[in-house]
Amino acid sequence: MLAYLVRRIAWGFATVLGVLLFLFLLFFMLATPDDIARRAVGEKAPQTVLDQWKANHGYDKPRMWNPESPADTMLFDHFRRMLTFDFGRSDADDTPISQRLRDGSGPSLAFTVPLFVLGLALGVGLSLFVAFFRDTYIDRATTVIAVLMMSVSTLLYIIGVQFLLGKLLRWFPISGFDPSPEVILRFLALPVIVGLLAGVGSDLRFYRTVFIEETSRDYVRTARAKGCGEGRIMTHHVLRNSLIPILTGVVMAIPFLFTGSLLLESFFGIPGLGAMTVDAINANDFSTLRVMVYIGSLLFIVGQIATDFSYTLADPRVRLG
Amino acid sequence: MESHVWVNCAVALLVLAALAAAWRLRRNVLWREAGRELWRRRPFALAIVGLYTLFALLDSVSWVDAAGAGVREPRSLLVRAFPADFQEASYSAPLADVEFYGGEPLTHPGAHWLGTDILGRDVFLQALRGARVALLVGGLTSLIAIPLALLFGVAAGYRGGWVDDVVVFVISILFAMPGLLLLIALIMALGRGPVQVCVALGVTGWVSFARLARGETLKLRELDYVQAARALGVSELRIVLRHVVPNLMHLVVITFVLTFSGLVLSEAVLSWLGLGIDGSWGQMIDQARDELSRDPIIWWNLTAASAALFGLILAVNLVGDAVRDVLDPRTLRERA
Repeated sequence: MLAYLVRRIAWGFATVLGVLLFLFLLFFMLATPDDIARRAVGEKAPQTVLDQWKANHGYDKPRMWNPESPADTMLFDHFRRMLTFDFGRSDADDTPISQRLRDGSGPSLAFTVPLFVLGLALGVGLSLFVAFFRDTYIDRATTVIAVLMMSVSTLLYIIGVQFLLGKLLRWFPISGFDPSPEVILRFLALPVIVGLLAGVGSDLRFYRTVFIEETSRDYVRTARAKGCGEGRIMTHHVLRNSLIPILTGVVMAIPFLFTGSLLLESFFGIPGLGAMTVDAINANDFSTLRVMVYIGSLLFIVGQIATDFSYTLADPRVRLG
Repeated sequence: MESHVWVNCAVALLVLAALAAAWRLRRNVLWREAGRELWRRRPFALAIVGLYTLFALLDSVSWVDAAGAGVREPRSLLVRAFPADFQEASYSAPLADVEFYGGEPLTHPGAHWLGTDILGRDVFLQALRGARVALLVGGLTSLIAIPLALLFGVAAGYRGGWVDDVVVFVISILFAMPGLLLLIALIMALGRGPVQVCVALGVTGWVSFARLARGETLKLRELDYVQAARALGVSELRIVLRHVVPNLMHLVVITFVLTFSGLVLSEAVLSWLGLGIDGSWGQMIDQARDELSRDPIIWWNLTAASAALFGLILAVNLVGDAVRDVLDPRTLRERA
């Protein structure tokens, strides 16, 4: 177990280094510091302005090799600062990036946690229900509806829900965010509804396949033979034995609750990390984008390791080694 | 040579290649059976996909009129199916006779089935032309991603050793980065444009298929006929090309169809972030955001683009499920 943990973490660390190297190639070699500076100060800016901007934002060092002091390069700086979580300042407005990460994760969590919990309950509940009625018209109709819902672009869900519930019926504010507990739910309602609509189709199909596969197993037949009710079979036998595939998705999703949703946050004006990333894209803010990709991959690797360990909790037969 | 000539040549080449591939597959009885079964299951969805492909091809072949005869920029076959000056000053409602704001008479009263957009372009024509961008996104990306995935996946699975280690490491690096963010980062580093978008989608998209191809190759490598070929002294390259890759082709087809809709939907999201391809349905939807807040609202642009997008994605999703059922040996066994 311990040996496995050490090996897993070592592999994870190697992957982090790989991600950092990839980011360096992308943001320092493919898009050169000159490109980045030119996008920030404008195409026609004179060379002195360009050099000034590069000096201010730390893009003026040698990229990979500095004969005078080998540690004083952008490659070394990039690795050192990312690994010590010293993210520096934004290219666009000079605010400290770590400060913005702290400010943004709160609103992101306020939006993603309810969406995640409701989405999981809706997905698993609906598919248990559908699997209970497998091969009936209820099942077939729901599967068709799921395919229909999967085929609609998220953009259309956003526009449609905003227009229908926000503008025509005036049930909820169209967009905005207010962290005070009395009104926060009113602001979160629309993005959560859109998130549920956009996700439920594929969730339903995935979980339904899992449950249907499980209901064709021998122990289900045995349970039925000894007189167990169908409802009890679904909740006590099928659901418990389907935990492994469900866990894979769930544990993997938890770390990403922090980073929020690019599309929904910026559309509904939630000042989370997703909206921050969209702002960074629009402002050509490469340093923030770099940090977001890095944080995202870090969370993914942590999630992967956590998933493996959650298997041992859900299924006593699984031994890691 | 000008760019539209290159595009015409590329389209002709692609159509010929597709026909040749279909001809080859028809000679194999298993593929022929699968094709027949697919057509039996999903005739309508296949026909709709075919219709979209037709519009996309019609819009891909373009040429410039002879000097002195009309417009000096290349116009496609699809555009030529409509009147040459099919253009108004600004918005007009579907089948309207006058402009939406101001009430000036239109040059083509009642001819714009789905109205015109802010620049006075016919929305019906724009929606049809979006098919070209959608198929470009799905097709060009697959042309980039699938060969890449096959090359690395098969090499890793067949050779093992350090090749496998390197490929698995690269795959896990790309897999660790959040998909949409990586996509955005790539497009920002590469610059904006249709080819750049497809390259970025290809770089992010080849990973999962490479994993699949690697796993499948690991299994195929141990099969008796591969061992027999090796014992007979067949060269490694020939074993891979004759015995391994053909047995991955069903996975190629399944992956191509199943990822297609995801690619087109990603382009819509990218359009909304301002990183999309000109003329796509995503851009039409993006424009419509402002139009819905006007009073009275402009609904036809959004409706046309969404309906066109929905129709293609739904048809491809339905075909994709059927393709998987028809080609996957596991479901075949269940049917028997």
